[in-house]
Amino acid sequence: MTRNRLATYLPTIAVAVTVLLAWELLVVAFDIQQFLLPKPSAIFAEFTFQLGLWLAPDERSILFESSGATFWEAIGGFVIGCGGGVLVALITSRWTIISEATMPFAIAANSVPIIAFAPIMNNWFGITNPASKMAIVAIIVFFPTMINTVRGLTLVDARQLELMRSYAAAPAEVLLKLRIPNALPYIFSALRVASALSLIGAVVAEFFGGPRATLGVYITQEASAFDFAKAWTAIMMASIIGIAFYLAVLFLERRLMPWHVSFREE
Amino acid sequence: MNAIEAQGIHKVFNPDTDEEVVALQDIDLQIASGEFLSLVGPSGCGKSTLMRLIADLLQPSSGELRVNGKAPAQARLDREYGMVFQHATLYDWRSVSKNVQLPLEVMGYAKAERAKRAQAMLDMVELGAFVEHYPWQLSGGMQQRVSIARALVFEPSVLLMDEPFGALDEFTRERMNLELLRIWGATGTTVVFVTHSIAEAAFLSQRIVVMTPRPGRITQIVDNPLPYPRDFHTRSDPAFHALVAQLRDLLRDAVEAESAPPRGA
Ligand SMILES: Nc1ncnc2c1ncn2[C@@H]1O[C@H](COP(=O)(O)OP(=O)(O)OP(=O)(O)O)[C@@H](O)[C@H]1O
Ligand SMILES: [Mg+2]
Repeated sequence: MTRNRLATYLPTIAVAVTVLLAWELLVVAFDIQQFLLPKPSAIFAEFTFQLGLWLAPDERSILFESSGATFWEAIGGFVIGCGGGVLVALITSRWTIISEATMPFAIAANSVPIIAFAPIMNNWFGITNPASKMAIVAIIVFFPTMINTVRGLTLVDARQLELMRSYAAAPAEVLLKLRIPNALPYIFSALRVASALSLIGAVVAEFFGGPRATLGVYITQEASAFDFAKAWTAIMMASIIGIAFYLAVLFLERRLMPWHVSFREE
Repeated sequence: MNAIEAQGIHKVFNPDTDEEVVALQDIDLQIASGEFLSLVGPSGCGKSTLMRLIADLLQPSSGELRVNGKAPAQARLDREYGMVFQHATLYDWRSVSKNVQLPLEVMGYAKAERAKRAQAMLDMVELGAFVEHYPWQLSGGMQQRVSIARALVFEPSVLLMDEPFGALDEFTRERMNLELLRIWGATGTTVVFVTHSIAEAAFLSQRIVVMTPRPGRITQIVDNPLPYPRDFHTRSDPAFHALVAQLRDLLRDAVEAESAPPRGA
């Protein structure tokens, strides 16, 4: 089992190591200026330095504080937006007419670059208020979640519905026993996308302004101060959080839908 | 007593449009309580439609339909229908036992009673050792047996089967036929069975309804003289071959009548 796991991940690890090595070598070989592209080793050194600051009892690491702040913005927006999306989908799908009337708008809204509203949210909630970033994240993840949930609740096999009808099942029973389990795979595929979107949303929203200790602000400030190793370290932190977030959703998915095709063991 | 009485049933889809289809015309049919009856006929002759009318999944355009003396809608509310389709349509997210318990849950049976009944039904279809398996871990024939167990677990008085073995291989199908006869013998349910296979209809049923398409009508109702219990010797009985030949002729006539140019043209 463990050996098997190692074998599956080995190619991925090999690719990662190769890319990092090539990056390091290229920067050295072509003598690339650090403000264009710092060496991975420089980024790593900065990261361990910040980690030391963060772990030391009487020091502060703005980087780690920023990461924490941005993480909470993303999580908050994710929970509000995805929760709202699922809830609205449950309500509208109860009445076919409403869901059919609202779906085109949801799909249209989904193709709007919502991040462009970030400055407006900054004005509404106050630029240093985390709620302004959460609001943007929530709106970004709301539409894909709602659309997918409505699909999952309505794209049910006609035979399954006929069976339920033959049992004279109440609508609530059909929702609980058929439509919601049927929607779970759709909901989770939306949540996986939303987990990545929420971090992107939070960081980009911070580019338009926010408190000092957030990743978006940190990156813009360090970049304009030409401290690229710091900026890149922050980018790396954002990536790590994003990946961790995605994996957490994947873990939840496996726990809640062990039956699903993609998780079946041979 | 008759389980099902149909009188002058018409079913028209999309009436008064360009897509108008007369799916059923002048259907008169009595099915006795506890009878095993098959519907055969070319594709599009309205077999599924008739079955769905009986099950109250569709309403007739005109005509009178009674199930156990009641309107089909009432019979449905009284949970008198068990249904089996060509595909098992099991819930992926439920174990075999939980799939069989689904109708019982909807109908508000107590937990212990549900488990007991599901186990008994699964024993009957010889899947007693697979209760904790999931549908994808079963073969097609096993899945179909689960769906039969699910259809019978709440003891419906009418079992409606629409090509239930149509997706199975010949060998599995013959075994399932024997098993179905055994279950029918044990439960005394009225069975309405749709099939494309003449041999299957001849092997299983007491009467066979031959239908023709466009518009869907009953051409003839053939009595099956073969005695029960039926087993693998039945298929080599001369009376079985005579019945199959008779049904084949009826169906050939039906198809030829359809492809012939309309009179007066
Ligand atoms: N919901 C529907 N809307 C419109 N036409 C329909 C509908 N259901 C069935 N029909 C039409 O009614 C006719 C009878 O269909 P039905 O499904 O009952 O045939 P069948 O005998 O079951 O055929 P098969 O052997 O292929 O299953 C066909 O011409 C079909 O196109
Ligand atoms: Mg059919």
